[in-house]
Amino acid sequence: MQKRFLIKLTFCFLVSVMLFTTACTTKKVVSTAPETDQAAEDASAQQIEETAGDIGESTISESDAAAIAAEALAAEERAAQENAARELFVNEDIYFEFDSSVLSLSSQDILKIKGAWMMEYPGVSVILEGHCDERGTSEYNIALGDRRAESVKKFMVDLGIAQELLTTISYGEERPLFLEHNDGAWAKNRRVHFVLE
Amino acid sequence: MLKILFVRVLYCVAVIFFFAGPHIAVAGYDYIDITNPFLRKIPVAVSYFKIFSGTFLERKIAQETSALFSSTLEFTGYFKMLDRAAFLEDPHNAAVTASNIKFHNWTSIGAELLITGVILENDKQLEMELRLYDTFKCKLIVGKKYKSRPGDQRRIVRRFCSEIIKRLTGNSGIFDSRIAFVSTGSGYKEIYICDFDGYNPKRFTFNNSITLSPAWSSDGRCLAFTSYLRGHPDLYIKNLTQKSGTVVAKKGINITPAWVPNRFELAATFSFSGDQEIYMLTGKGKITKRLTTSKGIDSSPSWSPDGKKMAFVSKRHGTPQIYIKDIGSGHINRLTYQGRYNTEPAWSPKGDKIVYSGMNKNEINVFVIGVDGKQLMQLTESSGDNESPSWSPDGSLILFTSTRKGPARIYVMTAYGTDQRRLLSMPGVQTDPAWSANIYR
Repeated sequence: MQKRFLIKLTFCFLVSVMLFTTACTTKKVVSTAPETDQAAEDASAQQIEETAGDIGESTISESDAAAIAAEALAAEERAAQENAARELFVNEDIYFEFDSSVLSLSSQDILKIKGAWMMEYPGVSVILEGHCDERGTSEYNIALGDRRAESVKKFMVDLGIAQELLTTISYGEERPLFLEHNDGAWAKNRRVHFVLE
Repeated sequence: MLKILFVRVLYCVAVIFFFAGPHIAVAGYDYIDITNPFLRKIPVAVSYFKIFSGTFLERKIAQETSALFSSTLEFTGYFKMLDRAAFLEDPHNAAVTASNIKFHNWTSIGAELLITGVILENDKQLEMELRLYDTFKCKLIVGKKYKSRPGDQRRIVRRFCSEIIKRLTGNSGIFDSRIAFVSTGSGYKEIYICDFDGYNPKRFTFNNSITLSPAWSSDGRCLAFTSYLRGHPDLYIKNLTQKSGTVVAKKGINITPAWVPNRFELAATFSFSGDQEIYMLTGKGKITKRLTTSKGIDSSPSWSPDGKKMAFVSKRHGTPQIYIKDIGSGHINRLTYQGRYNTEPAWSPKGDKIVYSGMNKNEINVFVIGVDGKQLMQLTESSGDNESPSWSPDGSLILFTSTRKGPARIYVMTAYGTDQRRLLSMPGVQTDPAWSANIYR
């Protein structure tokens, strides 16, 4: 900190000296003598050269700090993005039609993003939970939940995810997210949910 | 020791008195029309059981036992219990034996059957004499004398009700059967077991996890079920008396066990192949054979009484429907065509019908259909969701769950859909009722 202060002080001093000398030489220029002019120019050039090193140094150090700050910011952003991607991976469920385990086009798009995420983190293994709405009978729904989880798994494997990283569990209608008895709740309960192991 | 002796006595020395041998079997089963026994209920009078001392306590015991008798008999759905207030005879002092009974006093109030009883209970033992009369023929149909330990009324009542049903229908009834079911009272879905009439429910599993689909072996000794105890839907096979058992934990689902009648073998649904298919396994949990091969869900097997055919659910033609597989020939027939969602088949113990649950317009109801696909009959209607049907061992009654009063509860009805009533009152939600065969302990 003190060092930087000193550097700045020197910088200010040199600049003022330089300005002062240039002011003097200008007068001299008016009163002729190109050599001195040249000399003054040389001198000032020399000084600039000298100060240039200092200026350069200080600027570099300033831009260094900025770079560090920017990098930290970028890292933070990246972490936030990573977190968001992770959150999305975990929180974005795949939904199904009633009595169906067919993946819709939008579900396939979501799964592609999830697949890309898994490619980025090759060590992560995932549990695919298959769920159903409360309609239908509970034992059939365990089979249906299993089918839903399996169809997501198959899609992920086709994307290139190692199948050892994907485990399926069917909960049938045993663990609804929403307890209301209406279309909205049912639609959100018919899902495959991703859990990081 | 004394207790055991009394139990033995009850078991062995249920003395048939007055008459002995087959000639008392006046029955000929003409009392109850087996083809549709619930069209017309038989009017029965049960007089208060007679006591000797007349002490307040004895009188109370007699009244309670008579009431228990009436409700036990009424549970079958065959009878209409006549109101004691309408009796011409003093219900406390009505004659007990044929020589004293004024049968016209009973026929004139419409009673076709009369049950009389004598009860003697002291601190050492309980004695009961019970008689069933045909009031029009003025004839004893069956009479028995029982001795047991004090407080054993319920077992004696059931024993005599069994006797009555045997005389009137020719089969052994339901009074020695039990019911396994799932209840959430503890905060988890756990299996409980109660008597045929909902009496004395006891918790059977303590998994603190989701536990489902209890299935009785036909000797009533083993229960198979699915539990998430280890985090996955695995299949458990437990011997009730020895507390021993095994777990089948294949990759994927291990669900819907169904014992083959009279064999230590069962069918269940597994998805380790990547497809939900039905397999045969031994009672020890070893998979021996694959029974279905079609792509898509195959699940929920139920066996014909002879074990030669299996009803099951399959989505092979787009919607879940019930199919029957002939195990010998391998031939598969589709049974249900009405509706787009038919599941949970249960083959009747008589062999002629299959009960199942079907969904229509977001409402699930219980249906019964002949194994030939004819005579489809809807048994429940406009009363919430009605699911998980299970036959009584004699095929006369059906258990099911219903949401007609809010949360799912267990109900019972006759095989023709009449007399729908709640089986038992417990905290939480009750589902998955499974009726055992008669278990003679």
